[in-house]
Amino acid sequence: MLTDYLALLLLISGGFFFLAGTVGLLRFPDVYTRLHALTKADNVGLGFVMAGLAIQSGSWLVAGKLFLIWLLVLLAGASVAHLIARRALQRGITPWQR
Amino acid sequence: MPLLFDSLLGLGGIWLAWQALSSDNLFRAIVLFVAFGLMLALVWVRLAAPDIALAEAAIGAGVTGALLLAALARLDVVVHEEATNPEPSQPSWHRPGSGFVALLTAGLFIALVYTLYHLPVDTPGLRRDVIAQLDNSGVRHPVTAVLLNFRGYDTLLEILVLLLALLGVGSLGKCHRQAVTATGPVLDALSRLLAPVLVLVAAYLLWLGASAPGGAFQAGAVLAAGGILLLLSGWRLPARFARWPWRLLLALGPVLFLVLALITLWLEGKLLQYPPAQAGGWILLIEASASLSIGAILVALFMGGDAEPEHKDE
Amino acid sequence: MELFYWSLLVFLLLNLIAGLWRIMRGPSGADRMLAAQLFGTTTVAMLVVMAQLQAQTSLRNVALIIALLAAVTAVAFVRRAWPEKETSRDAD
Repeated sequence: MLTDYLALLLLISGGFFFLAGTVGLLRFPDVYTRLHALTKADNVGLGFVMAGLAIQSGSWLVAGKLFLIWLLVLLAGASVAHLIARRALQRGITPWQR
Repeated sequence: MPLLFDSLLGLGGIWLAWQALSSDNLFRAIVLFVAFGLMLALVWVRLAAPDIALAEAAIGAGVTGALLLAALARLDVVVHEEATNPEPSQPSWHRPGSGFVALLTAGLFIALVYTLYHLPVDTPGLRRDVIAQLDNSGVRHPVTAVLLNFRGYDTLLEILVLLLALLGVGSLGKCHRQAVTATGPVLDALSRLLAPVLVLVAAYLLWLGASAPGGAFQAGAVLAAGGILLLLSGWRLPARFARWPWRLLLALGPVLFLVLALITLWLEGKLLQYPPAQAGGWILLIEASASLSIGAILVALFMGGDAEPEHKDE
Repeated sequence: MELFYWSLLVFLLLNLIAGLWRIMRGPSGADRMLAAQLFGTTTVAMLVVMAQLQAQTSLRNVALIIALLAAVTAVAFVRRAWPEKETSRDAD
């Protein structure tokens, strides 16, 4: 029973981070700030969702697979964010100033 | 709740498809198409068709996106102007003949809804026959049994169609060679990490196909993604492999499939009728070679369909 | 728990649909690509939730493939469709 509540808490936290990522994607002023939504908020959200599901599944095999998928998403997200930001700078897109 | 989810998914999918088709900025259309592919994978999951969801994820959302982006890059080299439609942007419903098309579409829509409404509910279809014959097919997954045994010639023709498409693209003439620009440490590290993982996942999907959703086309697409990633990070085929070995790889799957079809015709009197005892091995052989060829063909398409792909000058 | 999973799925799908606005809007190609990447991450989350909900192991493999291939598409974008030099294509 306790594990159910823990899983619920993790999944809700995951949903919250996804929401934060969406808000960031829609509201941030330029490419560089929007990259945060991609590489931070959503990946943390996915991590929470994976953790909640891993607890719910109660199987080490499933937990391991979910963790692996999450690692791949992290790796890809971080690299892609770097590539996009670098290319944006090369192309002379100036970062937003307050 | 499920109904709400499905309605949102369906409407979202239709809207995305419409936007992707009607966008006059080609790049935006491609990104929308990729998003549409992801949405479609979810739709297939909701329709309880995990095999097709897998194929859609690998081909529709993955490799096709990369192919379209590569095509767009080549267009720019040729055209040197904005990647928007050359014609003046008048609303599409003002063009001649659009009323006729709208009438046709509406008629088709009504006919489809009518047919759907009158379909019998819960027909078993051929499911029962497939399950009954599953033990003779050599695999434990009904979809794979249908694709590679009961209706193997469909799959054979599909692979031939892919090869034909490559020949068609190649016949359009040489395309501009992509210069290798500096990659930087991050892309190098990423491709070194991901390429082996992609090969491993492709092998896993191929092996899985015997008992669960997976198989040659999905594995081939994942292999192709690995090849495309290597190409993008500056790797080129060594010159000594660029001619005959490469062409052999392209033709390996289709040719082996054809040879086996002829052998079964000669032995059993029917096209692709494997002896039940060895069927599993035959299917694995066909699927493995088909995966390799499908992967190679997709990579060749990404390179612009050259029979002699870009290679290192030695 | 089942009802909660469905609510989570609807919530994630709404996030995805909200992200469409950024794909439509741009302004730069990178913004559109970013939104598509976010699409990928959200779809992965939805697929693993569905795998649990419908007890279908194979859906985790669909999620795995999407996670892998989203990266390849993004690299293709940076290396091919968004070159270092300004082209007139960005003037939209």
